[in-house]
Amino acid sequence: MNKPLRRIAIFCGLLVLALLVRDNWLQYLQADSLRTDPNNRRVLIARYSKPRGDIIVDGDPITGSKKTSADSLNDFAYKRTYKDGAMWSPVTGYASQAFGATQLESLEDGILTGDDDRLFFRNTLNMLTGKQQQGGNVVTTLNGAAQKAAYDGLKRVGGKGAAVALDPQTGAILALASYPSYDPSSFAGNSTTVDSKAWTKLQKKNDPSDPMLNRALRETYPPGSTFKVVTAAAALQNGLYDSADQNTDSPLPYTLPNTRTELKNEGNIPCKNAPMRVALQFSCNTVFGKIGADLGKDKMLEQAKKFGFNSEQFTPVRANASNFPKDMDKPQTALSSIGQFETAATPLQMAMVASAVANDGKLMKPYMVDKLQTPGLDVITQTQPQELSRPLSEKNAQILQSMMETVVKDGTGKNAQIDGVTVGGKTGTAQHGLNNSEKPYAWFISFAKLGDGSSPVAVAVVVEDDNANRDDISGGGLAAPIAKNVMEAVINSKK
Amino acid sequence: MSSSTNTTTHHTSTIGAIGTPSRRNTELALLVFAVVIPVFAYANVGLAINNKVPPGLLSYGVGLGLLAGVGHLVVRKFAPYADPLLLPLATLLNGLGLVVIWRLDQSKLLQSIKQAGTAAPRQLMYTAMGIALFVVVLIFLKDHRVLQRYTYISMVGALVLLLLPLIPGLGANIYGAKIWIHVGSFSIQPGEFAKIVLAVFFAGYLMVKRDALALASRRFMGLYLPRGRDLGPILVVWFISILILVFETDLGTSLLFFGMFVIMLYVATERTSWIVFGLLMSAVGAVGVASFEPHVQQRVQAWLDPMKEYTLSRQGVAGHSEQAMQALWAYGSGGTLGTGLGQGHSDLIRFAANSDFILATFGEELGLAGIMAILLIYGLIVERGVRTALAARDPFGKLLAVGLSGAFALQVFVVAGGVMGLIPLTGMTMPFLAYGGSSVIANWALIGILLRISDTARRPAPSPAPNPDAEMTQVVRP
Repeated sequence: MNKPLRRIAIFCGLLVLALLVRDNWLQYLQADSLRTDPNNRRVLIARYSKPRGDIIVDGDPITGSKKTSADSLNDFAYKRTYKDGAMWSPVTGYASQAFGATQLESLEDGILTGDDDRLFFRNTLNMLTGKQQQGGNVVTTLNGAAQKAAYDGLKRVGGKGAAVALDPQTGAILALASYPSYDPSSFAGNSTTVDSKAWTKLQKKNDPSDPMLNRALRETYPPGSTFKVVTAAAALQNGLYDSADQNTDSPLPYTLPNTRTELKNEGNIPCKNAPMRVALQFSCNTVFGKIGADLGKDKMLEQAKKFGFNSEQFTPVRANASNFPKDMDKPQTALSSIGQFETAATPLQMAMVASAVANDGKLMKPYMVDKLQTPGLDVITQTQPQELSRPLSEKNAQILQSMMETVVKDGTGKNAQIDGVTVGGKTGTAQHGLNNSEKPYAWFISFAKLGDGSSPVAVAVVVEDDNANRDDISGGGLAAPIAKNVMEAVINSKK
Repeated sequence: MSSSTNTTTHHTSTIGAIGTPSRRNTELALLVFAVVIPVFAYANVGLAINNKVPPGLLSYGVGLGLLAGVGHLVVRKFAPYADPLLLPLATLLNGLGLVVIWRLDQSKLLQSIKQAGTAAPRQLMYTAMGIALFVVVLIFLKDHRVLQRYTYISMVGALVLLLLPLIPGLGANIYGAKIWIHVGSFSIQPGEFAKIVLAVFFAGYLMVKRDALALASRRFMGLYLPRGRDLGPILVVWFISILILVFETDLGTSLLFFGMFVIMLYVATERTSWIVFGLLMSAVGAVGVASFEPHVQQRVQAWLDPMKEYTLSRQGVAGHSEQAMQALWAYGSGGTLGTGLGQGHSDLIRFAANSDFILATFGEELGLAGIMAILLIYGLIVERGVRTALAARDPFGKLLAVGLSGAFALQVFVVAGGVMGLIPLTGMTMPFLAYGGSSVIANWALIGILLRISDTARRPAPSPAPNPDAEMTQVVRP
């Protein structure tokens, strides 16, 4: 009986060996991918085991961390808190124990938790000295006063809307507001009674106003008449017209090419053969529609692309691509050139248009992270302003500036005037939906110019008004005052 | 240890048996380690979780020490030549199991779902009962061959034990497996005891029938085919395994019994053909049952794609469990050296974290190194058992020892393999480590029987009766 016994001994040894091999596969070869699997709750437990680094505006944190009560079942030691969460959520995004993280909270998670490789040396040092690992800080480019002006303005109007302010010379984002908004503190924890309820209530299916949508970056609206700035730029850049005051070849009434449809203006305005300055001042659909048709879709598309249309922007938070249609016939090109048909833009995109004009034709890449800091406030990286493109020559940019300044001085944008500051702008009222059945959007894009000729801020504001009478809506009435307050806030904070 | 110094003077014609060393002092030294290591581990858990040495440290250490000491003294008195490794190894595993059960008792998550909280004191009580049964086995079972008399009673006993969970009112269906019975406030897994009783039956039966099974066969294609009527018993055992699988939905127990029988049959007959038949029949049985039993199918699905199973469970689909994936994450997060006792998050496994899945906690907190050590300890226990079988002088002892060790090895493989995702999960417990009274008590009895067999095996042959003639032979000194 001993021969089979020896074989059984070997067999039992093989069983143990199989387990050993499997364990090595599991705990050595597969260990890393299992350990860092996002579904592995330990990843979240580690993320919330220590206070998170902060997101900083104007030198003060707009975020915080709170110790969760120790006696609860919560396996997360710390919870994220936000100051003025609703105002800042389009910038910060959220970091929720139950629902994950988005935007800056997600993109800079490595720095905020301290897990980033760039903090490796410090972490190793901390480990050796027995100190707890700390998270670094994300310093933003935002301007607290401008953000407050933007958010309060949108809130006062009350409809859905968004506002974006840029520093034209650098591309730094100064304000990024969306309304209605949400307070990320309300679901930062993981309590099924409090946090889950707050989260569920904010979802689009439960709240039709969709407060969690970041309208400044992630929603595209028909830009309406504000797009005429792009069309004017195309006319100047392609040499169709050389100056703002040269009469254009614009019949009135104007029939869309190859159709019998007449393109109408809003009201009885002097658009026949009007120079571009006048046409922009009164917002002539006929003039800019014809410019678009005359230039053709390719040149219009090229100009729109130079302003940033048709590509996503990474600020580093992703902004949706704005759309200028690629395939269209002549009448559609004419409509697209006055911001109708399928043209659609994010508020960020229209702010980029205004900022390129203000910056003498140079479009800077928009960004919202100024620098990343270690827990000890040493700078890890500092964002350098980058030129994205040059949609306009310096001369043409200055022509366009003066046209936009006329709009604010004498035209539809008078509500944006600021004492002692030169303001250029363009209003827009975009209708949409079948037969324009849905609520129109009120647009205003603008820039401010100081006495020395430098431009510290460019703004785009869009407001959808649920309540107001259709006739009352105009970019000049609803959106321009908000833009004005934002520009004032920026100028005052620079003093 | 023998009286060889005296033989030259008194028994000049015979050479006294050269005594096998009893190794009892080796066992005692190893037992000290087997008690001290878990005590340190216990202190480690307390320091890691509460930043202080746990208040129960002294009583725990004394308790475990006393139990081990009693075991040792009984072995010293009643089985002095028994294998010196088995008792310390079992004590070490039992002690470490207690520590980790206590560690999981501290988890608020497990407390909140009534999966832990007071498990460690109960397990300590079960351990005491286990040691008591161990002592009873060693004291009252003077010779393992006595068990041979109860061959057919064992068969009946084993069948009764296996069928108990199916009796309405007594059996309990806990999470899909009907392997428990309720007696008062206790739930008992009769299968753990059936394992030992069945081994006794198989050993007794095969010892009698081995010649018939081995010799009366026809050679066909290089294999010895058994006669039809000799196939009877294997078919019966196979059928019972299938019944367990179908009615108690317990894949592990079914595999364990059938595997144990095939091993013992092979050892008894030395015929490889039995192994081939055994493998074929278990394959047929497993595939056949899996084709209509949803519980088994689901276990296989969960094994093939644990992530999908996790997702389904998270979506709240009934009948799915995230345990398998949670266990894999626990292992992965432990890595090579582990997080350290008390510092992992294996309580995320929730249900059965301290019983079927206890090895995952070892994996996370002691790492690859710890699991390898534990697997090697199990391997040592099994190999000492097979060594005992090799050394045993009687076929019954050989068969019983290899049956018990083989069953032990299969159980370790099925449970550890299931928790590590090597094979589908089955509802069985890690011997000695896992929380569960039946398992601990039955396995201490198993170790007791192995010690008894090894004591018989290693005991020096009794000296021949003094030969009166020898006395008369005088040595003529030069």
